[in-house]
Amino acid sequence: MSHHPSSTRHDVPCGFCGLLCDDLSVTTDHGRVRIDAGACPRATTGFDAANRALDAGATPRIKGQAASLEQAIAAAADILRGARAPLFGGNGTELPGMRGVMDLADATGGTVDHMNSYSLFRNFHVLQNSGWVVTSLSEVRNRADLLVCFGTDIASRLPRFYERCLWVDDTLFGLRAEDREVVMLGAPKDASLATSPAGRKAELLACANEDLAEVAQALRALVAGRPVTGDAVAGIATADLARLAERLKAAKYGVVAWVTSDLDFDHAELAVQSACDLVRELNAHTRCNGLPLGGTDGDYTAHQVCTWQTGFTVRTRLSAAGPQHDPRAFDTDAVLADGAADALIWVSSFDPGKTPPPAKIPTVVIGHAAMQVECDVFIPVGVPGIDTAGHLFRTDSSVAVPMRQLRDIGLPSVADVTASILAALGPARPSATRQEARAC
Amino acid sequence: MLIKLSGGKVIDPAHNVDGVTRDIYIRDGRIVDAPEPGAKIDREYNLRGKLVMAGAIDLHTHIGGGKVNIARAMLPEDHRPDLCAATELERSGCGHVAPSTFTTGYRYAEMGYTAGFEPAMMPVNARQAHMEMGDTPIIDKGAYAMLGSDDLLLTLMKDGADQRVINDYVAWTITHSQAMGLKVVNPGGISAFKFNQRKLDLDEQAPFYGVTPRQILKTLAQALYDLGVPHPLHVHGCNLGVPGNVQTTLDSFAALDGLPAHFTHIQFHSYGTEGDRKFSSGAAHIAEMVNTHKNISVDVGQILFGQTVTASGDNMSQHRNAAFADPSKSVIMDIECDAGCGVVPFKYRDTNFVNALQWCIGLETFLLIDDPWRVYLTTDHPNGAPFTSYPHLIRLLMDRSFRNEQLARINGEAAGLSNLGSLEREYTLYEIAIMTRAGPARTLGLRDRGHLGVGAAADITVYTEDADREKMFAKPDYVFKDGTLVAREGKIVEVVWGNTHVVKPDYDASIETIIEPHFTRFRTQRMGNFKISNDEMCECGHGSKLHVHDCTHGRKQ
Repeated sequence: MSHHPSSTRHDVPCGFCGLLCDDLSVTTDHGRVRIDAGACPRATTGFDAANRALDAGATPRIKGQAASLEQAIAAAADILRGARAPLFGGNGTELPGMRGVMDLADATGGTVDHMNSYSLFRNFHVLQNSGWVVTSLSEVRNRADLLVCFGTDIASRLPRFYERCLWVDDTLFGLRAEDREVVMLGAPKDASLATSPAGRKAELLACANEDLAEVAQALRALVAGRPVTGDAVAGIATADLARLAERLKAAKYGVVAWVTSDLDFDHAELAVQSACDLVRELNAHTRCNGLPLGGTDGDYTAHQVCTWQTGFTVRTRLSAAGPQHDPRAFDTDAVLADGAADALIWVSSFDPGKTPPPAKIPTVVIGHAAMQVECDVFIPVGVPGIDTAGHLFRTDSSVAVPMRQLRDIGLPSVADVTASILAALGPARPSATRQEARAC
Repeated sequence: MLIKLSGGKVIDPAHNVDGVTRDIYIRDGRIVDAPEPGAKIDREYNLRGKLVMAGAIDLHTHIGGGKVNIARAMLPEDHRPDLCAATELERSGCGHVAPSTFTTGYRYAEMGYTAGFEPAMMPVNARQAHMEMGDTPIIDKGAYAMLGSDDLLLTLMKDGADQRVINDYVAWTITHSQAMGLKVVNPGGISAFKFNQRKLDLDEQAPFYGVTPRQILKTLAQALYDLGVPHPLHVHGCNLGVPGNVQTTLDSFAALDGLPAHFTHIQFHSYGTEGDRKFSSGAAHIAEMVNTHKNISVDVGQILFGQTVTASGDNMSQHRNAAFADPSKSVIMDIECDAGCGVVPFKYRDTNFVNALQWCIGLETFLLIDDPWRVYLTTDHPNGAPFTSYPHLIRLLMDRSFRNEQLARINGEAAGLSNLGSLEREYTLYEIAIMTRAGPARTLGLRDRGHLGVGAAADITVYTEDADREKMFAKPDYVFKDGTLVAREGKIVEVVWGNTHVVKPDYDASIETIIEPHFTRFRTQRMGNFKISNDEMCECGHGSKLHVHDCTHGRKQ
């Protein structure tokens, strides 16, 4: 095990939420990492776990017994070789790791999902149904004069959002922090997170998040000048909504932000759809943009790679006839419940708490070295942006950030492991049957 | 390994060779002189009676980057009828209007194309473009960085920065986004849209900055000229798709004061306002201007009928076009004080007056421009049609009776307004070879591509001549990429990873004293994390080789 000597690096990207802040200062000392500047609760949690990984000194395990990396790779390859329908779940990794997972899934006819799909699809359904009008973080930083938080306080999930994107005085067009207004709609966890530096509180129009679709539709009607009857919509006074509609129409660059993991109820895509419809209505006369926020455990990266390589986002099976995409059938939980997989490969390198769901099939975990998990084969890997380099996509999807290796404590990357498994599988791809099935 | 291609009829316009029967020798991926008599030939292909051309080059095709992947993600219904299974050689994927990266590479190669250039790479999104192109096998790739609505350029121009400062910024951007050229899209217009402006004419002042599209065009064209970048400014002009924009386009040509520029998907910028429906062809005016101004080249952006998806950096225009989306969905984005994008699915119908006339306008443009060295064959994939329709387009250009048969089927009012039926020209194979090979290579500065001379890369396509040009160009007999046989009769036989082409114009490093504070103060990414290193390019590209081309074109500072 070798260590970089003690050193401090600047402008270090952090991969523990979708903001991918790249302005951290980090000191590495005998394999321990410490954030000197740019810390937030999520980064601190992630870096602490990375230090626990160092302390854990985890080795690969086969059925709980310590094994060499080579033995574990061979055991994982044996499981895949014996599987007819492997499931690649979790997929908490960066670009090279996700490419490696796709290579393996393609070679074995596997199904690819991501641990955050339950949340991602609340957006994807809307993207595929109507599309949307959206913006990105630097535009918000320089232009947003009115931010509507749609069922979220944002900062519980993306802690430095306000610091980096809203409470900024130095902007391109003279907009200052105190010129900006925040309105919270729905049931944010902690509305005080959006209090301005001068102490101005965000206005809260409270309702249950389940009612946000109705509220957004009422707002849209008010924006369009259509009547909304009744004194209140989902408990919010119609007069308050009318005032908000006027503010959105008057704003030069309104932003409606949501975090799908905070819209955690059945058919939450209808709430996202209604927010997007409201934004589109506003763009008939002024500028207003949606801002879908989220992005942990490499979920946006998995989506991007799977989409460009197959045409479809995750929940796609690389079957003999070509990629089959089904957001319901290829949900990890559904596949396991239906008995539709005969091996589970679970990848989770950011967070030791993201362990695989219970499964009665042979399970390989390519995981964070501090992870506590019982499975057939466990292969500890490095943490993206601390132990391994590679790229991650930011929450606004336009920016891919180059993550850095800050230390070398002897852990392989997900990409190293998937490449080794692929090599161990040998050339025996089911090519004959596939060629017969060749559709194009 | 020495390969001999024996007895083919060679069409190589870069060397004025038109149908001369001769042998071609390949060693280590390059075309070489005939060896000494008695030299061992490792592999010989008998090409008697067949036609030999260089591999084709698409200089404007949206194959990588955020907007392309949004198009893929939006359109699962388009992928499903065209799924591609994995084979021993090929990765699975999907085809049609927004094909997966692997399928894109295979299908280009199967058609005899050996290079494609992504024309609208936002600098801030450049990594993604390179990652996607890195997963696109066989063909060579490259990209044009997009500037012209980015807040730093507009700030510099507003503050009256010296042209040399702009040149340094342009060179820095091309270098660190790993680009092959520079594109401007609706100059100033993408920024104006963020200020809620819906149209920006050539001489209209952009909001806040007060600069005009004319000034932006001139400044960027000058920058590329001064920097010696081979491909001149790649221009997507103002008012895309708006009736009457032909005048804007003619004025934009004139705005260059003789500086070289390439006007892309010119069909979408050639609309007049004559007739009852206030929509008419401006192709004759455009062609006349191109014919008389040697500083200008164009590609057409031909539309072909059927389903497609339009993906553009021009979110101002795409927001307007979203009203016509089919299926009815669209993504409009403002992006990072850098640019924007708009993705709108579209179905061009031959029964629709406007679509039918657009089809005529594109073909008129091809047929009225005299010099094939300055008009290139594109559909602006996928905006006018997917690239897989190129063989059909070639047939339309080469076969007048086929063209007139098609003309008879389209909306009669549109057909009646077009002079297409009276145009007798039929492109020759030699001219097709110019507009798909030698011409694009020359304008891009790819000195060892697009021709079959000794020293050239052995990117070679072999056809069996067929009166049905669509059939002929769809499935060449053989396609060689850097000397490796990659496709045979329209099927992939080997997968290689093509090269990535870039330029790195010289600049004064002190420009970073301007650029770095812009990133730190206004952006949400640090300058150091924006720059893409050469190592990253190789990691992203399956070991693709990075080819850096000289910037010695034109006047160097």
